[in-house]
Amino acid sequence: MNRLTTMALGSTCLLALAGAASAQEELNALVWCDHTDPALIEPFEKAHDVKVNLREYEGTGAALALLEQSRPGDWDVLVIDGIDVFRAVDAGILAPLPDEALPEADYFPEVVMKENNSRDGVTYAVTEKFGYNTISYNASKVDPADMQDLAKVWSDKYAGRITIYDYYLPVMGLAAMAQGIDTADITADSLDQIGAVLSDMKAKSASVAGVVASQTALATGEVDIVVGGGEWLTAVLAEEQPELTWTIPEQGAVRWTQSIGVLADSENKDLAVEFVKYIASPEGQARLATSSCFWGMPANAKAGDVLTDAQKAVLRWDEQPDYLARTQLYPAPDADLDAEMQDLWLETLQQ
Amino acid sequence: MRPARATLRGWGFAAPALLWTLVFFVLPFVVMGAMSLATLEGRTLIWGLHLDNYAKLAAKAYLWRAVLVSLEITLTVTVVSVVLAYPLAWIIAFRVPKRWQRLALMLTILPFWTSYVVRSYAWLLVLAREGVVNQTLIKLGLIAEPVTLANTRFATVTGFVHFFVMLLTLTIFANLVQLSPNYRRAAMDLGASAFQTFRHVILPLTLPGIVTGAFLTFVLCIGDYITPQILGGNNELTVPQVIMVQLGRRADFPLASALAIVLMGIVTLAYLACARWLRLDRI
Repeated sequence: MNRLTTMALGSTCLLALAGAASAQEELNALVWCDHTDPALIEPFEKAHDVKVNLREYEGTGAALALLEQSRPGDWDVLVIDGIDVFRAVDAGILAPLPDEALPEADYFPEVVMKENNSRDGVTYAVTEKFGYNTISYNASKVDPADMQDLAKVWSDKYAGRITIYDYYLPVMGLAAMAQGIDTADITADSLDQIGAVLSDMKAKSASVAGVVASQTALATGEVDIVVGGGEWLTAVLAEEQPELTWTIPEQGAVRWTQSIGVLADSENKDLAVEFVKYIASPEGQARLATSSCFWGMPANAKAGDVLTDAQKAVLRWDEQPDYLARTQLYPAPDADLDAEMQDLWLETLQQ
Repeated sequence: MRPARATLRGWGFAAPALLWTLVFFVLPFVVMGAMSLATLEGRTLIWGLHLDNYAKLAAKAYLWRAVLVSLEITLTVTVVSVVLAYPLAWIIAFRVPKRWQRLALMLTILPFWTSYVVRSYAWLLVLAREGVVNQTLIKLGLIAEPVTLANTRFATVTGFVHFFVMLLTLTIFANLVQLSPNYRRAAMDLGASAFQTFRHVILPLTLPGIVTGAFLTFVLCIGDYITPQILGGNNELTVPQVIMVQLGRRADFPLASALAIVLMGIVTLAYLACARWLRLDRI
């Protein structure tokens, strides 16, 4: 074989390989960090011979801005805060989901949230995970009985030993509940009352921190309590530091949810729907619930058949009926109230 | 070469840099300026020539307080960094033997090799109640209980100073080694003491290096989000932190842009204040 023939054959093989590689489908998903766990994504990639490209984001506003600046078809799947699905629907960026593909009959009824995930009878998203913004604490440093009463949590007794989770909606929800105001009833008129609680809370706290910093603060003993914490904060530490735990106080706590949907401009809608179906399936739900980034309850109760007893114990599976009954969805303000709440939060931080 | 042709050739060589500046600085700046004059009605962006966002800066205490906090932190960091970096650069330039200078400089900038975020979290652990500093002070009997160091302005300034001392040492060292030793010798010959030589000869001649490093410190520090976010514990907010909050959930790009324009204004004022001594070619 002469040199030219060898080169021609080589380049043909390379082209063929490149062709094969490019023939593999790709799915682009805009997600929260819990979806980036290979243990969650790889089974789907193998089953569908597809490459899933993931991009993390923080904040619905940032995600919607990113989508607005992207070319139509760049993104296929969106994970979004459960209370913000309506913003994506308003923006016309979500595609209807086939109801028959969604196993919502197997869901915990409280987190199906049709009123959030659908409009005019059309479903645009499905809840995939939920949990609580409540009180996380170090059981060896504080009196667990005190953690049952929000007023005692941010009392003088624990001054300087508290971190507040740095997200205004759930923390203001907790402050409202401490004042006997339901999260759904928060209006501009309630903000003075909520502001007073926030000021009190801030005065007793050592810091206001994001996910990693609040987790670090609790794990290193910098603080003993995280207001706004929950299973998502302490579950990944359960094995090494079982003294770090969480509770839902007498006044109740705030419930968070996250939803998943398919983007209207996706050029890969069938595959995107398959991905949503996988995430909503018992296997996908169990993997998502125990993601290396953060743990949370699966929306699909059938995931209980897949999770181990130890995992269910950490998630407090058996206590969910009680927790669901005693918690409220965190505030979902309209644009104007949202702006006022954010202003109040920033004013509190600057105090 | 004819003058016209030479001019054309000069523009040709400058064109890539000019194009780069136009595309990646001028155009984004114009867009940001236009965005700062837009408003957010509900969640809808309304373009126009509104000054609402600038009016908010005056009306909302947390916004102008963020400007004050940013300025206070930045000025503190700049002064402390200069005070620490100058003697260090001096020692490396004049006291460390020539053959060890490279190693000394490398050791000085070694922390640059670690990630900025990791370095900030490392400081958080060092300054924590159970951290190295508190535990050492307790073991030495200097304090009975841990003192609060993390999540304070002190922590933010410490994290910044650690970073910027490295930068300033480099710029000041570059300036010091360019000084001919004859200046010092001449001053000594004329009867100046070591302090007088430094005060009247060395310091004025090294001022461009100091001002250049200080200006870079000022610019980088006032626009930094990571260090105050990790080390300050959100107990007070700087302008970049407030900008991030505006973008995260509400996507209030107009207000965020107005805040960014204010930052640009402050940096421009800082530039004008030190333009006389600024010698970026000394870096």
